[in-house]
Amino acid sequence: MWSVRSTRARRGASGTYPCQVLRIAQPLLDEIVAHARRDHPDEACGIVAGAEGTDQPRRVIPMLNAERSPTFFRFDSTEQLKVWRELDDRDEVPVVIYHSHTATEAYPSRTDIGLAAEPDAHYVIVSTAECGKSKGPVECRSFRIVEGVITEEEVEVT
Amino acid sequence: MAVEVRIPTILRTYTGGAKAVDGTGATLAEVIQDVESGHPGIKDRLIEGADLRRFINVYVNDEDVRFLDGLDTAVTDGDVVVVLPAVAGG
Repeated sequence: MWSVRSTRARRGASGTYPCQVLRIAQPLLDEIVAHARRDHPDEACGIVAGAEGTDQPRRVIPMLNAERSPTFFRFDSTEQLKVWRELDDRDEVPVVIYHSHTATEAYPSRTDIGLAAEPDAHYVIVSTAECGKSKGPVECRSFRIVEGVITEEEVEVT
Repeated sequence: MAVEVRIPTILRTYTGGAKAVDGTGATLAEVIQDVESGHPGIKDRLIEGADLRRFINVYVNDEDVRFLDGLDTAVTDGDVVVVLPAVAGG
């Protein structure tokens, strides 16, 4: 139905983070991809929450793209506060922050790099450029973005 | 007025790792100035020129200050100020 393009980290395994891989369950990835298709041609965005300190994504929380734009996304600020508070209450963190690119490849744009503010998160980008709203190949890649430096990591679907 | 200011992970380098710091002032701008005096450098991460940085969200008692009076938003004793970097990109 769709495929994950899993690429080894280009910068090698000497990064700050011990875990240079995103391990994620298939149903969670399916949810992310379904969200991206649903919102195409606008960018979709959201998080996958998981218990703090585990690096394990557990539940997808689709977020509104307040910009409703094919080239930009921003979480709605009120919804973000509500969700972040809920995460705090449950001792969870945004393990994954995802968004879609609807006309370009699944690689961080300059804007993505400049605005990345969660050094502990896996930034997952899904490209619906090829498939649009229909079934077809979806490119899905994961990155760390820390202080302007991108490190691609492997996606291991469990 | 004494308020609690909650600091996001990415700015905790300025607060010695603290998740929250105390600040005083009658407005959000004054509170930020007060926090700056104890944690130099943090103000520049929140404010650009005369305004909040575009991709920093600040809430007073759960209300985005962009829907209140921005940096002039009044605060009173016991209020909670939350700082969250916007999650955004292209």
